[in-house]
Amino acid sequence: MNINLTIIGQLLAFSVFVWFTMRFVWPPLSDALETRRRKIAEGLAAAERGQNEQRLAEERAKEVIKQAKQQAAEIIAAAQKRSNDMVEESKTTAREEGERIKEAAHADIEQEVNRAREQLRKQLAKLVVQGAEQILAKEIDAKVHGDLLKNLAKRL
Amino acid sequence: MASGNELPTMEEHIAHHLTNLTFGYHPETGLGFAMTSSEAAEMGFWAIHVDSMLWSIGLGILFILSFRVAARHATAGVPGGWQNFVEWIMDFVDENVRGSFKHKNDMVAPLALTIFVWVFLLNLMDLVPVDLIPYLAYLAGIPYMKIVPTTDVNVTVGLALGVFILIIYYSLKIKGPVGFIKELTGIPFQTSITVIKPIFWVINFVLETINLIAKPVSLALRLFGNLYAAEMIFILIGVMYSAGLVLGLVGGVLHVGWAIFHILVVPLQAFIFMVLTVVYIDMAYSEDH
Repeated sequence: MNINLTIIGQLLAFSVFVWFTMRFVWPPLSDALETRRRKIAEGLAAAERGQNEQRLAEERAKEVIKQAKQQAAEIIAAAQKRSNDMVEESKTTAREEGERIKEAAHADIEQEVNRAREQLRKQLAKLVVQGAEQILAKEIDAKVHGDLLKNLAKRL
Repeated sequence: MASGNELPTMEEHIAHHLTNLTFGYHPETGLGFAMTSSEAAEMGFWAIHVDSMLWSIGLGILFILSFRVAARHATAGVPGGWQNFVEWIMDFVDENVRGSFKHKNDMVAPLALTIFVWVFLLNLMDLVPVDLIPYLAYLAGIPYMKIVPTTDVNVTVGLALGVFILIIYYSLKIKGPVGFIKELTGIPFQTSITVIKPIFWVINFVLETINLIAKPVSLALRLFGNLYAAEMIFILIGVMYSAGLVLGLVGGVLHVGWAIFHILVVPLQAFIFMVLTVVYIDMAYSEDH
């Protein structure tokens, strides 16, 4: 068990090995570990962000669907109201039209009646005059008595 | 190995295992390898344990090169098998460093990694059958071959000395020379009486210096003691193999048992050396004890 130069030799060898490890071994590996740690952290953060965004998107989708439903309901209600109005309007129009046709028909009928009455009156007057002619024969002046009969016919 | 063609005695066998391959200048035989342990001792300080140096530097190079491979191909994507293994060790070391060292320093973590892996590899050599490589070396004409560098006190002292230099360096750097001297003299005894202060300073200085020096000494001797004792038991078990069939079988069982136990000792001692180094440097950084 001799103490000798080996101590110094070991000290030098030790120093060289420590220097080498410090210079060429530790930093690259340490960097790689650090980079990997950061990558993993970023990956996890991205995943979390993605989940968050998905949740937001889902919420937004729900909101949009709710709005669409509401709008659809409104549109349906408006359409129903509109169709009711249209039916009502057409009913009114139809009624008015009918009324007008009826009135026109009434007017036509009245006109026809008047005309028929006029004709009847003329025929009657003629018949009366003929009758009277026959009854009174030739003594009666057709002209004088014609006026008389015309007045009479007018009063009918 | 002085007994020529005869089988070595047990004492010689053990002594053979406890002697390093020493290269140095011997006063009588000149420059060369020591052929006996007494020759090695006579070479004094200016000799070097070639086996310790070769094995420790070889394993150190194995460590830095294999880790360098992982570092050069390091990717932030999916790591390959070797990179994954290296990262696992790095994470383990880094966690321990973060646990005991709270300051900003780019050197402590690589230092801890180097100590942990290197000392682990040095200790691991203890699991190689104790007679195998020395016998092969003996056949090749090499008189001694200790393959477990951490059973050589020079190796552990060399490591601890490196740590000690760092402790002193960071103490001076962080606290300044004045702060460092204050720390060495100001605690643990304190007084408000002016006359007694210098006496306390001296007492404190003695205590704190012992405290400071105890750090590398305990580091070096803990590692050395554990591995040396373990190696010694392996050697003694190895001796049983040559003592007949029954003892040989008992030795075989003991060998397996001790090797399994040693699997625990090998990483544990490397881990302790690393953690204590980190703690000592942390203490050098912190202002108060």
